[in-house]
Amino acid sequence: MTTRRPSPYPYWFVLPAAVIFTVLFLVPTVASFWFSLTRWDLINTEFIGLDNYRQFFKEPFLVQGLTNTVIYAVLTSGSKTVIGLLLAVLLTSGLRGQGFLRSVVFFPVLVSTIGVGITFSVLMHPTKGLINLGLAEIGLPKVGWLTEASLALYSIAFVDLWKGVGLATLIYIAGLAAISPDYYEAARIDGATRLQRFWRVTVPLVRPATVTVVTLSLIGGLRSFDLIWAMTRGGPGFSSDVLASVIYKQYQAGFYGLSTAGNVILFLLIALIILPLTWWFNRREVDL
Amino acid sequence: MTRRDARRQWITGMIAMAVATVIFIVPFAFIFLTAAKTKQDASRLLFTWPEQWQLWQNFTEVLKARNYMLLLAYFNSTLITVGAVAALVVFGAMVGYVLQRRRTGWNKVIYAMVLVGLMVPPAVVPTIWVLQGLGLFKTIHGMILIQIAYGLAFSVLLYRSFIATIPRDLDEAAIIDGAKPLQVFFKVILPLLKPVTVTLIVVQSIAIFNDFTNPLYYLPGKENVTVQLTLYNFQSQFTTQFNLLFMNILLVTIPPLIVFIFFNRQIVAGMTAGAVKG
Repeated sequence: MTTRRPSPYPYWFVLPAAVIFTVLFLVPTVASFWFSLTRWDLINTEFIGLDNYRQFFKEPFLVQGLTNTVIYAVLTSGSKTVIGLLLAVLLTSGLRGQGFLRSVVFFPVLVSTIGVGITFSVLMHPTKGLINLGLAEIGLPKVGWLTEASLALYSIAFVDLWKGVGLATLIYIAGLAAISPDYYEAARIDGATRLQRFWRVTVPLVRPATVTVVTLSLIGGLRSFDLIWAMTRGGPGFSSDVLASVIYKQYQAGFYGLSTAGNVILFLLIALIILPLTWWFNRREVDL
Repeated sequence: MTRRDARRQWITGMIAMAVATVIFIVPFAFIFLTAAKTKQDASRLLFTWPEQWQLWQNFTEVLKARNYMLLLAYFNSTLITVGAVAALVVFGAMVGYVLQRRRTGWNKVIYAMVLVGLMVPPAVVPTIWVLQGLGLFKTIHGMILIQIAYGLAFSVLLYRSFIATIPRDLDEAAIIDGAKPLQVFFKVILPLLKPVTVTLIVVQSIAIFNDFTNPLYYLPGKENVTVQLTLYNFQSQFTTQFNLLFMNILLVTIPPLIVFIFFNRQIVAGMTAGAVKG
């Protein structure tokens, strides 16, 4: 055994990464399951069973955080997917100023989320904001984008779309570039209309990009925190709270066990949505 | 293409341009114009030309605010970004290298960890508990380690697929010449990874520089403030001084703009990795 030559690709190469990842990511993740069952002040723990979870599903504002998370994620992911694909088709069709437009659509992706959030909360100001002034200009009533409880979450989702659609577009542009022009040529010869070519050629063949866009934006949407925090802090009331902001609020209030239970719920929610989706995406691929 | 088609395309182009300008450029123009206004002028929140330009005055005032806090924040953010990205390059490439070159049962474990790292949200309070136990809570190096832990999965994935394009003959030749594993990696492989390394540096730098949530949890305290947190703190402090608030936003927007202008291609490569299955 000792005579065997050591591999030129030794496993200790993995060690620095493995140690950091294990200590700062895996250990806290595993520990979270235990701490979510306790009353906890970071020093002493008291086992209280499923009480934190019971409380979570009993408090209406905590439950609202959960439903808001799903609404927000589905809304932002769906709109980014659809608009991203349409923009990508538009921006690969040989328009004048195409390169400029691509840059303009993509740039917000790289900008500070907090900066974007503050800017849009000013633009959405109920009386002085540019958006409402613009609406008034064309004779429409003013809207309390962030001050009305029934609207706040959707207004933030719109800003999320504004900031993130450029990434979806970029991924779709790369996906479209990989489709051989032969398919379009063949479809044209067969007399397919523009719309038919889009539905029968583009949509099926751009699937790998769709999988990436949907998965990335869903995970991002379910975990989103900073934009919401910068724009409304979860308000008015608890109307735009999501799981990530609930976790932060409970942490600030010193309810560490409850906060950690929120974390576990978020983890389970992501797994529950993403794993079946990934499985479904992969299965469909085999069928093709 | 007929003349009518050409005209239609020209018109669509013009409309697209106009709509994009309104939707995507107006907010940035608003930031810039408000950052150049006087206090009273800015407080009206209007999208107008400044009555009086005072870009430089606002700039120095923001820098001086709270005893030069923004400068400290830039220093801290730069330190965290540089430290974390350097480690992400070396450690990520090492894992990707072994993962691609050596095929054993362990690979499955590593892949599973990469997936976990991409998908699972960090458990914040237990992480604080671990950091406290190690004496790393509220420290810059603790923050660097956190950013490494959270960024590793993406780095490994990016490097692994790129290393697959580097022929094994190269490492084998070096091994025959008597090079040790570390020498092969640092002298032969790592230099060849330069294109993907540039991509990784650019994409991760932007992500870490723009990160708000993690410093909020793991790096509280005035002396540890980062750029995004400064902006967040100023949000409540500057409610009557929108010119300074927007000058601050302008200042955090400029670094990504510069990176975008110079590294557009690498950013696109990094962000579209995985969109096209090869």
